[in-house]
Amino acid sequence: MVLPPDQDPKFRGYARPEMLVSTQWLADHLGEPGLVVAESDEDVLLYETGHIPGAVKLDWHTELNDPVSRDYVDGVGFARLMSAKGIGRDTTLVIYGDKNNWWAAYALWVCTLFGHPDVRLLDGGRTKWLAEGRPISTERAVTAESDYPVIERDDAPIRAFRDQVLAHIGMPLIDVRSPGEYTGELLHMPDYPQEGALRGGHVPGAVNIPWARAAADDATFRPREELEAIYRDEAGLAPGDDIVVYCRIGERSSHTWFVLHHLLGFPNVRNYDGSWTEWGNSVGVPIRRGAAP
Amino acid sequence: MTAPTARNPRLGEIAGEFAAVPDSERLTLLLEYSDELPDLPERYAGQHDQLERVVECQTPLFLAVEVGSDQVVHLFFDAPREAPTTRGFAAVLHAALDGLTAAEVLATPPEFVTQLGLADLVSPLRLRGLAAMLARIKHQVSEQAPR
Repeated sequence: MVLPPDQDPKFRGYARPEMLVSTQWLADHLGEPGLVVAESDEDVLLYETGHIPGAVKLDWHTELNDPVSRDYVDGVGFARLMSAKGIGRDTTLVIYGDKNNWWAAYALWVCTLFGHPDVRLLDGGRTKWLAEGRPISTERAVTAESDYPVIERDDAPIRAFRDQVLAHIGMPLIDVRSPGEYTGELLHMPDYPQEGALRGGHVPGAVNIPWARAAADDATFRPREELEAIYRDEAGLAPGDDIVVYCRIGERSSHTWFVLHHLLGFPNVRNYDGSWTEWGNSVGVPIRRGAAP
Repeated sequence: MTAPTARNPRLGEIAGEFAAVPDSERLTLLLEYSDELPDLPERYAGQHDQLERVVECQTPLFLAVEVGSDQVVHLFFDAPREAPTTRGFAAVLHAALDGLTAAEVLATPPEFVTQLGLADLVSPLRLRGLAAMLARIKHQVSEQAPR
């Protein structure tokens, strides 16, 4: 950890307070050596309309994914990407984005596949920074290239594959999609186009907790006790549970993964990034329709 | 069959403009388009019920199509500034089609969407939004155009 953790009292309630920084902390540390700020948005043009001064752009679609096979970049690709953004292995990387940090959490999860030692989210993301009237810039950040080492991706601790989910049925599963997608009434997000799943519904046993419930109106994460009420009291998760989360392609569930693992401290949480676009097209896997898990 | 670009030279010009810039600048070009999208005229402002919603787009986009007695088509869009990609798509279609005749608009080939070279830069979901926008415009034009 190059930069000190944010001592904001709100974060002390979380299992890993050092995973978040406040807008004030970021404003205070902007430009310091050892810190790189990255914006990762759903709308791939939003960065160009104005971003936190000095922030680099991290594009989930073109940069984190392998361009051909449905997978993430490999160790060489990740090293190339990080180096181009001026991120070193010892850099404190702060990621933020639009829509309650939806894609920022996804980018953080991908960085975690490569074990980047110090990567944090900006609590409240782009929305809060703008709402507070803090400075933005349209200048594309120019960063000196760094020399990021090639680290092989380690999927096992935080990533689940289809057959592992199949074997996981009966253990805690959280489906973070909208209620309509969960029941099988919709094959895609409300107001979003159909993305080609042939069957609707959910993995048997999965509890439906839409991802954005973890976010407050100002796009920050809800405080610890409110998150406990949602995920422990309502979803029934217990300490030590082995949990799998999923959505449509694994982006919304990265946000819930962050909440469960880093804010609530569940040690074993895996994100099934194949998610419904894989499950709903797989031959022979069990599917449940309707509101009951 | 006449080449579609021959009917509407603007399609080829816009596709050429996108093809002429390197990948890294293509999104910037789309952003420049998004800045040029005209505001909704007074008569449509705040009147979403009079506009057609393009549900295939990832962010709310509303559209109005008018075909005059002279067969000339006018397009009106309402897309939020915080959704620049969707706005950019609307602006490209506005630049390509507004002011043409109904027949010219209807002759727009669906491939125009892929000729912009954006497939590797934006997600397939978004490109489908653009394709849907074009399809809805053509549908409205065919409904309204007197034959």
